[in-house]
Amino acid sequence: MTTVTGRPVALTMAGSAGIGASPRRPDGPLKARGEFAYSSDLRHPQALFGATLRSPHPRARIVGIRAEAARRLAGVHAVLTHADLPAARTTGLDRRDQPVLAGDRVRYQGEPVALVAAEDAVTARRALSLIEVEYAVETPLTDPWRSAFDPDAPLVHDAYDNVVRHQRIRRGEVAVPAAVVVRGEYRVGMQDQAFLGPESGLALPAADGGVELFAATQWLHVDRDQLAAVLGLPPEKVRLTLAGVGGAFGAREDLSMQAHACLLALTCGRPVRMAYLRDESFVGHVHRHPAILRYEHGADHDGRLVYVRAEVILDGGAYQSSTAAVVGNAASLGVGPYEVPNVLVDVYGVYTNNPPCGAMRGFGAVQTCFAYESQMDRLARACGLEPLEVRARNAVRQGSRIATGQLVDAPIPIAEILDALRATPLPPPADPLDPRDLPGGVGATTGGEGVRRGVGYGIGIKNICYSEGFDDHSTARLRLELRDDGPMAIVHTAAAEVGQGLLTVLAQIVATELPVERVEILPADTNVGSAGSTSASRQSYMTGGAVQAACAAIRARLAAVATSLFPGRADVPLAELLRHGPVEETREFHHRPTVPLDADGQGASHVQFAVCAHRAVVDVDVDLGLVRVVELAAVQDVGRVLHPVSLAGQIHGGSAQGLGLALLEEAVVVDGVIRNPSFTDYLIPTMLDMPEMTLSILEHPDPHAPYGLRGAGEPPTLSSTPAIVAAVRDATGVDLHRVPVRPQDLTTAPPPEPWGWWADAGADKAAAVDRNHDREVTS
Amino acid sequence: MRLTMKVNGRPVVADRVAPERSLLRLLRDDLGLTGTKDACEQGECGSCTVLLDGGCVNACLVPAGQADGGSVETVEGLVDVPAVVILREAFLAAGAVQCGFCTPGLLVAAQELMSRRVEPSDNDIREALAGNLCRCTGYVTIIHAVRCAWRASREVR
Repeated sequence: MTTVTGRPVALTMAGSAGIGASPRRPDGPLKARGEFAYSSDLRHPQALFGATLRSPHPRARIVGIRAEAARRLAGVHAVLTHADLPAARTTGLDRRDQPVLAGDRVRYQGEPVALVAAEDAVTARRALSLIEVEYAVETPLTDPWRSAFDPDAPLVHDAYDNVVRHQRIRRGEVAVPAAVVVRGEYRVGMQDQAFLGPESGLALPAADGGVELFAATQWLHVDRDQLAAVLGLPPEKVRLTLAGVGGAFGAREDLSMQAHACLLALTCGRPVRMAYLRDESFVGHVHRHPAILRYEHGADHDGRLVYVRAEVILDGGAYQSSTAAVVGNAASLGVGPYEVPNVLVDVYGVYTNNPPCGAMRGFGAVQTCFAYESQMDRLARACGLEPLEVRARNAVRQGSRIATGQLVDAPIPIAEILDALRATPLPPPADPLDPRDLPGGVGATTGGEGVRRGVGYGIGIKNICYSEGFDDHSTARLRLELRDDGPMAIVHTAAAEVGQGLLTVLAQIVATELPVERVEILPADTNVGSAGSTSASRQSYMTGGAVQAACAAIRARLAAVATSLFPGRADVPLAELLRHGPVEETREFHHRPTVPLDADGQGASHVQFAVCAHRAVVDVDVDLGLVRVVELAAVQDVGRVLHPVSLAGQIHGGSAQGLGLALLEEAVVVDGVIRNPSFTDYLIPTMLDMPEMTLSILEHPDPHAPYGLRGAGEPPTLSSTPAIVAAVRDATGVDLHRVPVRPQDLTTAPPPEPWGWWADAGADKAAAVDRNHDREVTS
Repeated sequence: MRLTMKVNGRPVVADRVAPERSLLRLLRDDLGLTGTKDACEQGECGSCTVLLDGGCVNACLVPAGQADGGSVETVEGLVDVPAVVILREAFLAAGAVQCGFCTPGLLVAAQELMSRRVEPSDNDIREALAGNLCRCTGYVTIIHAVRCAWRASREVR
């Protein structure tokens, strides 16, 4: 085992710094010296290289596979197809609908069909080209609207309906009149997580017939359970250790290479390493669901919401992944942080033959936030109100009920957030002495004559932790022992550090709870209980809560030891207590229970809510259709700041991803095929695209959460997108409906939107539309 | 192909290097220098930035043969360079390292910027480092770190 180069190591934090301070991350020096081993850096002298053959077609029957030529190639050790799978043939986070290797058909372009293990990467990829797969190509189903509503649409899966989940929200009256009505149809393109560290890892066959896997993932135990089923092994024979993670953002929730590497390693009896190239990464993981969102807001003359009606289609692609939960979020949070007495929302998540979609930072709340915030601006315009004013008039507060009827029983200081945004000074007017300050930078082909400045706002609400009755828990093992004559705390969890700074926060919690100066964090692995997923902005809350609980248990143990060994003494030094032996406790932390939504979408389905708001200032060259974001200001309530520097990093990074969705990022899918699977053509923000940021952090503790904290990683990703698009609208007067905003959206008149969709979709939806309203603003 | 070069100051002889082998693959797979990262292998992300004869290159775009007779510095070789020490400290203090996958390439490119010895404006920093993608930080802290490092290095000089 010691021959693995890049095996994760224990990391130590010295110098007690409790929560609220900003100690440096223990993995930082290794990362900055180039010594931190990411999953693609793992090596073993006997390792073979594994590679995946993928379908070029989004929809086809597999007629036959001929692999003899590949098997005969010198240096090839194994070629595996569906026929070689030893046990379970499918995986999936929810419904296990995704073949480990395609059997009789493929459902998306890039679906794995065969595996090769060879002496090196060049040989492995050459062998892939020698595998002949005969496909009977079929017309893919790529229109999510058709998938949901056309009874003649083909089924993507014979065994399942095309609608993965339809969630209704019905609150108040179905049809009510309103003085002001605004309608819009919005679209969100397919965003990619585009983490930098490609899918990769190393699998080692073990002497007991099991397998050891080092890989980058977000949830070790859910990987292990899926792998055990695929490999036909008991879970304890599948041991996972988290390898260095080069970003995640949701895309590492589903399996990618994990099962493939383990299958090859067990087949060959040798270690197998896999690492995707960037183009393979683009088809090798799930994306953010593209969305079609149709909204109608009704309000009184003062801008107070009377009703919201919405229909949202989320394209889940070929396999379910977490589509059902994404639908739940889009529905329950689909009217935003606003009090609305009457709500009629329908959210559909559907199968198509497009690339599979699943988790990405913001998880269903990003798409709806773009739509409802665009609508709130429209409503403000229709009522003659400032954009912030219409939001303030409708904002939920502690004691409100959201669209699901759930009581907001913790602080949610939206008025204060909007006030803070209002009070943030605007940046000075443009002074383009430096051409790099122009939209388009030095490459711009105008002198900036057509540059217009605009300001826009957005606010979003996100749930924290898993929802809808999921018993989401985390486990922490804590040990105190003497090392070099001093106390050392050793933290062992299976929580994935994906860059967000969790390890630092865990050490800070130990330093807050126990009188120790040094904290060692062991590598995350499956030798300790599940920590749940590093997603849903939940790890500080959940694993932080578990470590806090373990600390309390240790304190109790120490008190008992002190009483029995040193009766009558109150001030026994910790080191002296530990001289009699180490102390170890394991604790599981559960958040308060939630319930599934009922048929009308009612129920307390969420653990906690978090809110972030943005103001964007943009310069737009209206001749070129180019946008430069001049400044982003963000205000977020986090309950309690644990690590100010990491928190700022989360808000900066989340805002940048929202900027990307607003202006740059789209996996362009044509006929089911991703046309831009590279960093040349899929554009994530560079340093030239991201502006300065102004942050205001509010702390209104949540009485139900550890330390009063509120998960912070996702909310900034919601609101920056609508804020930027609102600013572009403000600068140009162009009524923008889709993200990302492309240059042609700004320079050519948009085609008229096809109206009549309420009528198309059924009589009960049409009821409110034809009512005669005082004013109507439609797109 | 037989190649001779200096890598991080040490002479290296690589035998039987395929003509299409990139400098990145040579560094990572043959020499075990995995500090140079591989995120896109298309010259777009900058995570494999190294110095070739003193200038920044994307190692993934450089055929290994092009480095024959030359001198290559990777993040591992630059660890003790004063400008890199200052930059590294500034990055860690500012929170400019999250997942850290981009950090080695950024440090190599940033020290090349600092070596120009003219105080960079924020636009200069943005321009110099625009070829290095970061998906975690939003860049705000990276610019801050380079600015701080520049000031600190001026005091050292």
